[in-house]
Amino acid sequence: MSSEAAGPSPLLEVMDLSLEFRTRSGTVHALQGVNLAVQKGETVGIVGESGSGKSVLSFAILRILDAAARVTSGAIEFAGMDMLAASERSLEEVRGREISMIFQNPRTALNPIRRIGRQIEDVLSMHSSTLRADMKAKAIEALARVRIPDPERRYAAYPFELSGGQCQRVMIALALACNPQLLIADEPTTGLDVTTQAAILSLISELAAERKMATILITHDLALASEYCDRIVVMHAGHVVELAPTSQLFSRPRHPYTARLIASTPGPAQGIATLASIPGNLPDLRRADLPNCRFHARCERAQDACTALALPNIPVDAQSGVRCVNPL
Amino acid sequence: MTGMILKRLLGALPNIVGVVIVTFILTRALPGDPAAYFAGPAATTEAIEQVRASLGLDKTMAHQFVLYLKDLARGNLGNSLTTGQPVVTEIRQRLPASLELTLCGLLIAVVVAVPLGVLAATRPGTWVDHLCRLLATAGVSLPTFFTGLLLAYVFYFLLGLAPSPLGRIDVSFSPPPAVTGLYLVDSLLARDLESFWASAKQLVLPALTMGLFVMAPLMRMTRASMLGVLSSEFIRTARASGLPRSQVLYAYAFRNALLPVVTTLGMVFSFLLGSNVLVEKVFAWPGIGSYVIEALVSSDYAPVQGFVLTMALLYVALNLAIDVLYVLIDPRVGIEG
Amino acid sequence: MSAATLKHIRYVATENPVTLVAFLLFSGFVLLALFGPWIAPYDPLASDSGAALKAPSAAHWFGTDSLGRDILSRIIVAARLDFGIAVSAVAASFVIGAALGSLAGFYGGWADRIIGRIADTIMAFPLFVLAMGIVAALGNTVANIVIATAIINLPFYIRVARAEVNVRRAAGYVEAARLAGNTDLRVLAMHVFPNILPPIMVQISLNMGWAILNAAGLSFIGLGVRPPQAEWGIMVAEGATYIISGEWWVALFPGAVLMLAVFTFNLLGDGLRDIMDPRMRT
Repeated sequence: MSSEAAGPSPLLEVMDLSLEFRTRSGTVHALQGVNLAVQKGETVGIVGESGSGKSVLSFAILRILDAAARVTSGAIEFAGMDMLAASERSLEEVRGREISMIFQNPRTALNPIRRIGRQIEDVLSMHSSTLRADMKAKAIEALARVRIPDPERRYAAYPFELSGGQCQRVMIALALACNPQLLIADEPTTGLDVTTQAAILSLISELAAERKMATILITHDLALASEYCDRIVVMHAGHVVELAPTSQLFSRPRHPYTARLIASTPGPAQGIATLASIPGNLPDLRRADLPNCRFHARCERAQDACTALALPNIPVDAQSGVRCVNPL
Repeated sequence: MTGMILKRLLGALPNIVGVVIVTFILTRALPGDPAAYFAGPAATTEAIEQVRASLGLDKTMAHQFVLYLKDLARGNLGNSLTTGQPVVTEIRQRLPASLELTLCGLLIAVVVAVPLGVLAATRPGTWVDHLCRLLATAGVSLPTFFTGLLLAYVFYFLLGLAPSPLGRIDVSFSPPPAVTGLYLVDSLLARDLESFWASAKQLVLPALTMGLFVMAPLMRMTRASMLGVLSSEFIRTARASGLPRSQVLYAYAFRNALLPVVTTLGMVFSFLLGSNVLVEKVFAWPGIGSYVIEALVSSDYAPVQGFVLTMALLYVALNLAIDVLYVLIDPRVGIEG
Repeated sequence: MSAATLKHIRYVATENPVTLVAFLLFSGFVLLALFGPWIAPYDPLASDSGAALKAPSAAHWFGTDSLGRDILSRIIVAARLDFGIAVSAVAASFVIGAALGSLAGFYGGWADRIIGRIADTIMAFPLFVLAMGIVAALGNTVANIVIATAIINLPFYIRVARAEVNVRRAAGYVEAARLAGNTDLRVLAMHVFPNILPPIMVQISLNMGWAILNAAGLSFIGLGVRPPQAEWGIMVAEGATYIISGEWWVALFPGAVLMLAVFTFNLLGDGLRDIMDPRMRT
């Protein structure tokens, strides 16, 4: 795919988004100047350490952040709709129907005292015009589509009666019940065993391909992202530091952080002893004097120019780019 | 499911045993000569000896305990000195009045406290929240008997809104034909709306007094539970699925938040059954509370012990009912033990 | 107390001025309890039938009761009695309950089962009813109110102590102390007990308020304190008959002071909880 091509208008555009949280111990500058575009049908991975802002970004898109969050600048547009200005009613219509989300810890992400069939029906009755009489059949259909064995019986099950992997399938069923255009998967396989991880992710891939649904896969696991995503966005401390098509990212990483991430990702050929770690910690995002480049303190390529100059921007519709004054 | 319920029933047995043993100890723990107490202050030495023999107080403790159990099994709680009536009959006659009062008090408390708790939880940190918390702290500080007096003073004496606090129904009415003993229910069953309103009016102040004290723990628990549930992950999923705010609040959050509130009911009943006595004294309510107060005044001990035993057994039964209710509404019980 | 704790206390006091007020009120009551008889303007037992049922005035700030006794003086003196009852009851309850609970948590097994049974049996009764039964059985004296109140509060302390000891036993430093050669009793007294104090302090404060309410309630129905003794509950009872006919001051002032005392302890308990661990706030 060529970069900077003026393709069809993207499904989702996040433009120069900055966001902060007001807390007792200070204001946390959680996101700054984030640009992101997702085209119809593509799978984008957002990768970064814990605290990099990946989940915050996804919650911001759906506008399900806590009351303490404040968007200080930027815009989010989904299929032409201004998400930041939209009313709660219009957002309720978009959530679960045009944009869906699945979370980590599937067991706790489902209502523990409500049967899973009912939970799927709740989504169906909100967003579709399914008749009451057809609800149960549709719910069972949804369960079958995510390959839950014996869906008629499982319809009446409670989440605690299912395994972690099955709960995640139920969440996917919930999310896909109304055929959304975009699925955001926030660490969907963290906490599941490796075989289940693979099964869940290939399920998501298949369903996405079937329905031409765009997917945002959020993960801290770069290896996982490389397997399932067309494009990868790397985040660090609330900044997007690099984005590129997957193969390009791995063959020619341009941001020092990306390179270190790749080096510290275990692969089949590496032993634990040869893994490189990234020195230092994420900067305290409550500081009022955060430097332009938030990786500066941990970077071995740091120069004086890094603190003097502003970081270059990555245009929203770019296929690749890097925010670094001194890229590789 | 029935297995769970059976387990709960069995779990209540040790409590019943404990209650019976403790009440026995209390009957024999009177300082001095129990026989003298039961015979009354005006008894002669002969009368005391007669009482001693008839109550089996001259036998060994173990034997006495067996006799006590036998009496209980036959429903014999002794006789009242002042009225000469069997205690169990008098308690049975007066119990519905106390039950009606207690249940109405609970109803008022729940109807006020639970919505307030939900309100405070959905607006954390606002003045509504702080007001609710202040009310809760004030609520548990109010001595029930004092609240009752204040309410009677303000609403009856000063404002003339409430009827004279002298019983369950205005003297110009006769009580409805007894089916359950609860005037509200009986008057509705007899389709006698006038009696219904007359009894309801008498109930308002005493039931409000009963309810005020327990509003605080109920409100606190609802608020805390609701706050906890609202920040849990499945609520986030519900929001992300676009479910409307009202559905998220009620079908998802509230139902889950209710579970700990149900377990609070045990403590609530402890307060209610205890403050029953105080409220009945203030409002001259003819229930078992005033029965025991009269007995205390005249040093009539059999009714006092009958009262303690009845209330304790009632409390065990109520706790059992709460346990069973919990099993019914939480499908996870039995998995986590 | 370290500088950090002092700073934290100052933070809590300013965050929550109500806690400060509670501390002030508490000190006020303690002063009343200690110096009451010397502060009271009149002899609380001196009756003067000529001055019966007089409304509040300059001479009698809170008015007089049916026997012409000054209500203000009686309220002041009653502070000592009520506080005395509450402090003795809660102290006894705490010492015995914490000891029992610690033993149960420490040794487990039979000790745990028996002590648990005792606590459960007490909790099987509605607590006020049990207190009534105990006072009625043992005799109508103040000492018996203390005993009854102490008994019904036992389960709280047993539970808190047992839970805390269990947590600390699992934490391992109990094992370490044992291995270092300390006898069990020593380990309990020197290592375990001091550490369970902070959470129990909150309980104690809340319990004090409840103990006062309990004692007043018992006196209200005629158990425990007998005339002519001055105690807040019995004063409310004495005033109850007059409130309906308009002489409100006989019952209102004692009741209001009673309420204030209990409120003070509840606020204090909340404040202590905030100081210890703000996360425990409800």
